Amino acid sequence: MIPYSERTMATRRAALFGGLCLCCLPSLGRAAESFTLDEVGPGIFMRRGLDAEATPENGDAIANIGFIVGEKSVLVTESGGSLTDGEWLRAEIGKRTSKPVSHVVLTHVHPDHCFGAQAFAQDKPVFIGHHVLRSALDSRGDFYRTRLVEILGADKAGSVVYPTMEVADTAEIDLGGRVLRFRAHGVAHTNCDLSMVDTRTGILFPADLLFVTRVPSLDGSLLGWLKEVETLAGLGASKAVPGHGPTLVDAAPAFADLTRYLTALRDETRKAIAADQPIDKAVDSIGRSEREKWVLFDTYNGRNVTQAYKELEWE
Amino acid sequence: MITHEPTRASRTRRSFSAALCLSAVLLTGGSALAAGSSDSDAERVERWKDIAKSIFGDRAIEATDTLIKVDAPPRALDAALVPITLMMPEKDRIAAIHLVIDDNPSPYAAHITFGPAADPSEVKLRVRINNYTNVHAVAETKDGKLYEAVKFVKASGGCSAPMGMSDEEALKGAGDMRMKFAEGGQGKPSEATLMIRHPNFSGMQMNQITRDYTPARYINKLDVTANGKLVFSMNGDISIASNPVINFGLAPDAKGPIKVVASDNQQGRWEHSFNPPGPSN
Repeated sequence: MIPYSERTMATRRAALFGGLCLCCLPSLGRAAESFTLDEVGPGIFMRRGLDAEATPENGDAIANIGFIVGEKSVLVTESGGSLTDGEWLRAEIGKRTSKPVSHVVLTHVHPDHCFGAQAFAQDKPVFIGHHVLRSALDSRGDFYRTRLVEILGADKAGSVVYPTMEVADTAEIDLGGRVLRFRAHGVAHTNCDLSMVDTRTGILFPADLLFVTRVPSLDGSLLGWLKEVETLAGLGASKAVPGHGPTLVDAAPAFADLTRYLTALRDETRKAIAADQPIDKAVDSIGRSEREKWVLFDTYNGRNVTQAYKELEWE
Repeated sequence: MITHEPTRASRTRRSFSAALCLSAVLLTGGSALAAGSSDSDAERVERWKDIAKSIFGDRAIEATDTLIKVDAPPRALDAALVPITLMMPEKDRIAAIHLVIDDNPSPYAAHITFGPAADPSEVKLRVRINNYTNVHAVAETKDGKLYEAVKFVKASGGCSAPMGMSDEEALKGAGDMRMKFAEGGQGKPSEATLMIRHPNFSGMQMNQITRDYTPARYINKLDVTANGKLVFSMNGDISIASNPVINFGLAPDAKGPIKVVASDNQQGRWEHSFNPPGPSN
């Protein structure tokens, strides 16, 4: 097996299967109610998303979502994967603070991150997003909604919500004694990834630019993602809240794991292309050394290879 | 698009509107509910009969396990890029092949006619698949008979999946080509892989800026010759994936230069010549 300590592996595995099956399956119908929030830093509350695909039972609650409380108001770090998921988060916020929700971050176009936004519309917050997010939602939003409606039903899916504050490069907002700094990234996980740093704690919120436990999904640019990971790791944050996986991780090893996967994907895909291995064979042979290290590997790796292959074959 | 009778329109419109889908990165779990997944076998058979009639008229088509085989993933990893392999082991009998994706909005994906400079034993290409569908491959033998093989593929949204970039960016370098050659070794044909830069807009992809559908613009004709002799001639359609890649065999005596002439349905026309590596024996 590839250098990866057996103990870490065992722990990781136990955690995966614990999270995926043992605790969730028996209570699938009430999955949303059984979620909890971790206080990962002072005034920062996060819910761990399930390492699963969207199902009628889990309400697409598969991303890490949560909120940050300032002296004056509250920022929602991710809105949730459906209206139901967003409503759950909004209710949880109400249990912990009476301060208003002033900002909701839409970290990128994927439905598990932005279809909870509608639940917050009544609070009239500023919806913060990457400057390309609007056009990405324009081209995919309706499709995502159609698919979510098929899975969850029209009343639970949520609707497309556009950013009202667009970040082209960097931006800051203040929740009262708590400044949050945003950065719009180049094409990486998607073409509209936005990250955030809580300047009070120094915790980085890379959203889906950082996957932990759940296999990364490539929907932008492999080379771009590797570049943005370097940028993020270079910020020097010691702790990060990934888009998927545990609600708080040590940033350096988590970025190292992600880089290892993406690098294997890049190098093995280049090798396959150079050896004239066609794409239908490449999808079964690339990245195999990573298989035991990620949940949902079999669901996403072949697709990642396809993305990588079509990006790299014209190099 | 390749010839179609107007009666197809209403049927295909159904799949078009029911399956306005793109390759959902994070929603594949719901694909069991995708449009088209619930069609009965009888409906699928009926659909294929319809399509076959519109393409081949009343000519009989016989099922075969030997003259043509179609290989595709049972579940597409990326509906906008589904690799398909067509195998014709009795290559000397094969004159042409047809690829039909029954439930795509425009099902007739490709028609390839082989010439004397081809080794028709295997062709690989990449297609878009919009729906749960049968993929039919039909071989036309030199004596004018038709033989079919079929494979069921689960996919959704391949035709409407946006390119993730502006139309201008997608069209950048359109018509650029590359060709890679691989020696087949003793007794095996040498293979060539043709890559063409072209977005192959399906007409079902929404422009991210204007919110209009980008008009269909796709490679509809491809002629490949080796030193003036035909390797193959292909009629293509919107079901061919963007930046088309086609892998084909060259007859042992095929000589360079390999010339490719590609044209699209909007008067685009590109020509490139490639020299295969020198004779190895």
